[in-house]
Amino acid sequence: MLSNLLHINTLWVMASTMILGIAAGGIGCLAYWKRQNLMSDALSHAALPGVVVAFLIIQEKNLLLLVIGAALSALLGAFFIQWFTSASRITEDTAMGMTLSVFYGVGVMLLAIANRSPGGNQSGLNNFIYGQAAAMVRSDVITMVVLAAIVIFIIFIAFKEWKLFLFDPDFAKGIGLSIRGMNVLYTIVLVTTIVIGIQAVGVILMAAMLIIPAVSARYWTHSFKMMILLSSVIGGASGAFGTWVSSTGSGLPTGPFIVLTSAAVFTISLFFGKEHGIVIRYIQFKMQQRSSRLDHQQVMTEKGGRSQ
Amino acid sequence: MSYSMWIILTASLVGLSCGLIGVFLILRKQAMMADGISHTVLLGIVLAYMVTQEVSGPAMLIGGIFAGILTAFLVQTLSSLKVRHDASLGIVFTSLFAIGVILISTSVGNVHLDVKHALMGEITFIPFTTMDIPLIGSIPKATALLLLVLLVVIFFIVAFYKEWKITSFDAALAASLGIPVIFFHYLFMTLVSVTTVASFDAVGAILVVAMLITPAAAAYLWTDKLIVMLFLSGGFGVLSAIIGYWIATWLDTSISGSMALATGCIFFVTFLLSPKHGLISRLVRPAELREEQEA
Repeated sequence: MLSNLLHINTLWVMASTMILGIAAGGIGCLAYWKRQNLMSDALSHAALPGVVVAFLIIQEKNLLLLVIGAALSALLGAFFIQWFTSASRITEDTAMGMTLSVFYGVGVMLLAIANRSPGGNQSGLNNFIYGQAAAMVRSDVITMVVLAAIVIFIIFIAFKEWKLFLFDPDFAKGIGLSIRGMNVLYTIVLVTTIVIGIQAVGVILMAAMLIIPAVSARYWTHSFKMMILLSSVIGGASGAFGTWVSSTGSGLPTGPFIVLTSAAVFTISLFFGKEHGIVIRYIQFKMQQRSSRLDHQQVMTEKGGRSQ
Repeated sequence: MSYSMWIILTASLVGLSCGLIGVFLILRKQAMMADGISHTVLLGIVLAYMVTQEVSGPAMLIGGIFAGILTAFLVQTLSSLKVRHDASLGIVFTSLFAIGVILISTSVGNVHLDVKHALMGEITFIPFTTMDIPLIGSIPKATALLLLVLLVVIFFIVAFYKEWKITSFDAALAASLGIPVIFFHYLFMTLVSVTTVASFDAVGAILVVAMLITPAAAAYLWTDKLIVMLFLSGGFGVLSAIIGYWIATWLDTSISGSMALATGCIFFVTFLLSPKHGLISRLVRPAELREEQEA
């Protein structure tokens, strides 16, 4: 089992899923506070047609160009969701559901056409749906690591601005921060993370990499900074661990193991988390019960003392 | 009946039952729940396969219903533990889906179920597995199952029409009238799961979402009356099945993908042209009337 750890390709893939997990964990916190948890799900589905169109145009599998195609189509999806929600009485979750399913349907249509074209079937385009990190080659890994590093850099360098943008937009506007600009930057960073991730974990499970670490981190801290750090650590660790588990057997999918690892972390946090964990809340409840009972007794004895 | 007629008929049945169910999904603001359930149904089907060791209609239905209710229950539980509703849905459905994919790739792999088939659907082969029904003759299995599901859906909608109406529009009022709101929530989730599993074979799990949400959303922009919305939504479902089939034969591509595209086109046309809530009518409406309507 340990021997495959030393395998150089496994190490590369592990490094890339780890850095992806770190980026997704960080940006997931922003999405959490913007109350857009399921947006990542919609956008990752919406990226599929872009991947296939890019492939049909360039006729080869160049990850960077496919990622650009994916990003454009995900941004188009984001635009549609925004437009439908603001210009009609359609609610946001309905708009997300429609956009993700229709874009995905178009993606499947185009995929059928691409698979007919010469070389299309062997191109590994299907990996974009289910994710197969083990199938990544070195140039893919480098592209992913560079893009993820940029995302992480943007999150941490503009930390103060993000905080204002999320928690006090009025004040942010007051000191001359462009909310519109921050919104655009947020969408670009979110879309970048999603599109580099779908190669490794697939369009369906990408949402989990953004949602689960952020919600888990929420159970351990009230500080936004700590939450981002913790969420990144959880994301990175689940990425690396999940990839390692899936590399121990042949043909095991990577994405699902990453998701299950972070789901396990979430379950632990849900029960034992320092803030609002079930066990902690139970203990607090019991302590409160006891102290109020003691108070009550004290009052009763005092009362009793007075009446005598 | 001819080969393509069976395909169109099957897809129309999907469009009809999904369209009816979808109306309540939209009104109850649970559109994304359909997305979640359409993924977790995969786990239910895999479990059913592991228990019975065969791909059969009834076992799949039971497995799918189980998975759907499990999803609804877990989301409800997490929400009651103060996890945000959308976050709990995101956590639950991705985790259950991940378990399903792992089970497929480790223990059942390559038998009859593969993830690709499950997610994209392959309506093309439906006319080849038929069964004999007395009086009607031989019809495809999937079509028979869908017909049965459609009847079940219509039965429940008609039987509890008033209850659905009140619980969808005003849950608090429903509770004060003594209507078991929670029971109807789970009954509704069961209906969503049943429809999803039955449509699973025909259009694939994710494209069920298109059929569930999009025609109903289009109908929502045309009318304010529930009964009209139900008919419109079912009609849009059937219409997108037919248009989708036509697009697919024209471009020689995935039938289910084209049907999803057709639902999207119908919605987009509605979004632009609908007399009451459409974009154009909103633009040409006099300003004072607009204010009045929005107030």
